Amino acid sequence: MSPPESSRPLLDNAGIERSLMRIAHEIIERSEDPQNLYLVAVPNGGVPLARQLATNLLEVADVEVPVGVLDTTLYRDDLVSTGARPALRRTEMPSAVDGHVVLLVDDVVKTGRTIRAAMDALMDFGRPRAVQVVGLVDRGHRELPIKLDYVGKNVPTQADEDVLLRKVDEGERLEVVVRPSQRSPEAGEAPT
Amino acid sequence: MIGRDLLGIEDLDREEIERILDTAEHMVEIGEREVKKVPTLRGRTVVNLFFESSTRTRASFEIAGKRLSADVVNFSPSASSLKKAESILDTARTLDAMDPDAVVVRHSVAGVPHRIAAVLDAPVINAGDGAHEHPTQALLDALTVRQQKGRVDGLTVAIVGDILHSRVARSNIHAFRKLGAEVRLAAPPPMIPANVESLGVKAYTSLREALDGADVIMALRIQNERLGGAYVPSIREYSATFGIDRMKLDYAKEDVIVMHPGPVNRGVELSHDLADHRPSVILDQVRNGVALRMAVLYLFSGRATAPETSEGASQ
Repeated sequence: MSPPESSRPLLDNAGIERSLMRIAHEIIERSEDPQNLYLVAVPNGGVPLARQLATNLLEVADVEVPVGVLDTTLYRDDLVSTGARPALRRTEMPSAVDGHVVLLVDDVVKTGRTIRAAMDALMDFGRPRAVQVVGLVDRGHRELPIKLDYVGKNVPTQADEDVLLRKVDEGERLEVVVRPSQRSPEAGEAPT
Repeated sequence: MIGRDLLGIEDLDREEIERILDTAEHMVEIGEREVKKVPTLRGRTVVNLFFESSTRTRASFEIAGKRLSADVVNFSPSASSLKKAESILDTARTLDAMDPDAVVVRHSVAGVPHRIAAVLDAPVINAGDGAHEHPTQALLDALTVRQQKGRVDGLTVAIVGDILHSRVARSNIHAFRKLGAEVRLAAPPPMIPANVESLGVKAYTSLREALDGADVIMALRIQNERLGGAYVPSIREYSATFGIDRMKLDYAKEDVIVMHPGPVNRGVELSHDLADHRPSVILDQVRNGVALRMAVLYLFSGRATAPETSEGASQ
């Protein structure tokens, strides 16, 4: 499915790769104990990004960081008010998070509600030593007191625009684009 | 598109069944966590309205509701209080006035959940009505087969036992047919409903023929009161002819699995050995029952008329 191209590019694949490499360096620079890190991706967009960060951390500092996937759907705060029943996604936490510094990885951060849900979900898996947030794109419009610890790119956007990470031509390459909102107030694309 | 109530598999299409199974697959993971609870239905109330006694199904719904953080209330009107001139619908209306978000109904008479659904604001989930349907049992059976075999489409499923009086059989026939399986029935002739071929299944009076090449054997519980009467002469004869034991597994495929909705009459529909050991998957069915009912409560509960949205919007 190729949507009508009213969308404009924010980050191309090379830009995403550069951001993730810079973030990997920043993580190592700021970590007291890189052996203690644990990447947790928020699906779907966070998953390829967390994997790439793990590869980069191995390359930069020779540390093997576990990568978990944490679906936030059942922790969302809008299920009751909208009556929506979104499809669930897979959760896969390879080991205990207790004592680790967890890096939550999401593609686009806007209201902060997904990150809030992810933090609640994470606490059900144990007691991390600290939780930090990595966002490839921070587009503002925060509704909760959530700040990002590592940001790929800050992008001022209109609240009614969509910003999404997607595959280029269904291949391995990724891009981030902005387009006019295709959501009705209560339905639409997967949360990012 | 999922409707308001879950009354029977007959009302569902393949896509809806698969959406419930996909959701249940993710719910399985919650049961494997240390903290087996998510906040999804916090502040919601689920009422288990069981007119017919049941320990297993009721406990399964109760645990499912609690794992989703719902408040679960068990309500089992005794036969006597119903005799006190309080009709079934009055009882249901009284409960509805307490604003539950889902009402799970079991009754020994077919059609009661439909009648209740017609007068309630809350969604109704059928937990078994007479010999009509038991949709969550069929869905958890389909989930178990999908897990064990990786698919349902193209498999051969043999249902063995008292088909005539079995709501489990009826729901499973609909579920497995809709998911693309071949369904065969095996039973003594008095236990096969007339006209059953109209459901797209084939009935056998020879167990051996029914099991030939089967991927799944589903044994049904035989009710004691049906033995030694018009249906089958004796337990001994039933179990010799239709009871499943290791020897009879040879008729089926080598990797056949054996299922049973429980509780098992050991030595009657299943041998002692098969009741406890592979290839029977009875405990997997029970475990999946909780996950499946979590999926059903997630998808069907709520008093607001749920707009059909598969995704929501938040960043």
